[in-house]
Amino acid sequence: MAGLGRGRGRGKGYMSFSIEAVGIGKGENLPPSILQPTPLFPPMEHKPVPLVMGEEAEYMLALKQEFRGNMKTLPFYVRPAVSKKDVERYSDKYQNSGPSDNTIEWNPDWKRLPKELRIRVKKALKENTSLSLDTPVDPKPSKKTRVDKEEIIHKLETLEEEVTSDEEEGEKKKQEEEQQDGEEEYDEEEFEEETDYIMSYFDNGEEFGGDSDDNMDEAIY
Amino acid sequence: MTAQEVRLCGLLLQEHFGEVVERIGTHLLRGGAQNLRTIANETNTPLDLVKKSLCVLVQHGACEFGSGRRGPGSPVEYRASCERVLRVLRYPRYIYTAKTLYGDTGELIVEEVLQRGHMTMSNTVKTVADRLTHNMEEGRSMEYSEVVSAFSKLVETHFLQRCPPVAEMGTAATSTNPATPGTPAASASTAPPTAESNPDCYKLPHVTLIGRGKRRRSSDDSEEQRGGKKAKMDSESCGDEGIYWQVNFERFHQHFRDQAIISAVASKLDQTSSEIVRTMLRMSEVTTTQTAAYTQPLSANEIFRSLPPNYSISRPILDQYLSLLVDDPMEFVGKSGDSGGGMYVVNLQRALANLARATLESVVQERFGSRSARIFRLLLRKRHLEQKQVEDFAMIPAKEAKDMLYTLLSENLVQLQEIPKTPDHAPSRTFYLYTVNQLPTARLLLQHCYKTVANLIERRLFETKENKRLLEKSQRIEAILASLQASGAEPEQLTEVEEMITAPERQQLEALRHHINKLDSTENQVDETVFLLESYIFSTKTK
Repeated sequence: MAGLGRGRGRGKGYMSFSIEAVGIGKGENLPPSILQPTPLFPPMEHKPVPLVMGEEAEYMLALKQEFRGNMKTLPFYVRPAVSKKDVERYSDKYQNSGPSDNTIEWNPDWKRLPKELRIRVKKALKENTSLSLDTPVDPKPSKKTRVDKEEIIHKLETLEEEVTSDEEEGEKKKQEEEQQDGEEEYDEEEFEEETDYIMSYFDNGEEFGGDSDDNMDEAIY
Repeated sequence: MTAQEVRLCGLLLQEHFGEVVERIGTHLLRGGAQNLRTIANETNTPLDLVKKSLCVLVQHGACEFGSGRRGPGSPVEYRASCERVLRVLRYPRYIYTAKTLYGDTGELIVEEVLQRGHMTMSNTVKTVADRLTHNMEEGRSMEYSEVVSAFSKLVETHFLQRCPPVAEMGTAATSTNPATPGTPAASASTAPPTAESNPDCYKLPHVTLIGRGKRRRSSDDSEEQRGGKKAKMDSESCGDEGIYWQVNFERFHQHFRDQAIISAVASKLDQTSSEIVRTMLRMSEVTTTQTAAYTQPLSANEIFRSLPPNYSISRPILDQYLSLLVDDPMEFVGKSGDSGGGMYVVNLQRALANLARATLESVVQERFGSRSARIFRLLLRKRHLEQKQVEDFAMIPAKEAKDMLYTLLSENLVQLQEIPKTPDHAPSRTFYLYTVNQLPTARLLLQHCYKTVANLIERRLFETKENKRLLEKSQRIEAILASLQASGAEPEQLTEVEEMITAPERQQLEALRHHINKLDSTENQVDETVFLLESYIFSTKTK
């Protein structure tokens, strides 16, 4: 509002308010106007006060770093699932696949959360014996397996029949699986080649050189 | 929330919970209350990851959910709390305070609860007992009862509190009838219940926990021995399902504030007066509300009786000390009456204001020099001064005074107030007065502090990233060394492995460690200033 009409950049000395009032005397040297942004690390005339050192400060520092390290190992540190860049490997089925998106690695109290947030709790967590985490879920199944082992040791004699019957059932299942595998292999072989050549005509050279070479008179081609 | 606060919150979330949670958290902080689908769409994150992150945020109290704006039928909306995320910066201070008050057990309890967000009492006791047993020597283990007693002490002194009960979402949707808008929706439309509104906030559950901590061993024998006891522990559910405990930050803040006042009195006057103030504060711990401007009046007789026994001062000396405290310009203690030998109060609000003012003055002194600080203090005291008056009162030559004033003005620590003499605001007929307003300046400084901490964290992350290769190498070598030592290797092998890190690399590692420690330590100390300024600003809000 003040001085709208006058002092619209008509030269250096013209300002919208009286400069005497603010304290700049007539003809005094003003610092030169700055035409570029201030430097990134300007030199400091007054150095900062040194940090407080001491037992308390060091203990708090250790606490802080330990806390940060611990948080990285807890399941609250959400890591997105790594997308597979390569071809699917057979060993993926048997290897620990790491975090996956649609499971949650810890067991929250679902009553305290809205229903829409509910995700499947990762089953692998319940089966693994805990190495470094003391989550409440872990000790239970591992103890149960140990308790189960004891029970089996104690009851082995009485349960022998059942065990053998289990084994028989297992064998039957295995045979069925083998048959299925055999069928699958056969199918694969036939369809794999998709050629007119019958597989048994193919000689892959493994038998070459297997005959005894007692008679060295004849040349071998 | 300001841009600096959001930036700092983002960095804290990233360090403690990962980048996914950081993305979701900053989006919520910037955008206000949103529902699940909006968050997933706007952050381009898969829905499951969003759900996981929200679970983590709610678990740690950083996010609250409530029914949507359009009434009980609309999807659930989530709201992140900037203030709560900033508390993460102060966690080491909370843990350390618990240690000084309640020993190692208290420290571990608070640390566990902070790490997990909220926990049941039985869980906490078990985990802490296991951790303590792990650190003890072979053959000894920690009794649950000791941990329980430490836990109950923390609850009695209000350092731990129960988590507020969650409002029922489903029932609210079905119970309200759209035809009768007057019926109150079951707490879905009101503000979410705070912890304090629960009358059982500080009541311990009736649970008996018997047992000892377990040591994690690799041998099977000891596990089988305790197998029986373990099965017994887990088969009985401990009876306190659904009762979760969280850390009561406000109570810790009260404690820090008291500590700040006591140390200020100790440095301004002497040890005995600080003991007197400490006694007064301790006596009024339970009677003072959170936002009180001053404590309840205490008579000199009561103070005399409650002084710690090793501070035996006579009654007249106590009276002299009290009158000294009252006359002190810092106004920590005030006299509110004459009955009972004199009624005295501790002026909490005034004390906080003075502490904040001292912080501001010290900042100006360290950045601009003691003469600028003199001008600053002058303006704080005299409120409005003209250019000429500033020069006279501060006894600084005109040219230098001008220079300093303009530097302070450009940093926004000093403001210019125009007072026109004529209605047309002509510049030649207007007073220009310099002034300092304490509250806006404190807010400005607080934002600077947030920016500082954010810069420190970024620099630390940068340093770590730069030397990632070296850090990984040293970690691998440490792991190799540890495994070699465990399997009993000869000293030559150990030295050979140690020599895999060359001397200049070792120096570089050492320098890196030193820098990171310094940056971390600085964050802790800036947080102390942040606490003072935050408490001061908060105390003025509730007027």
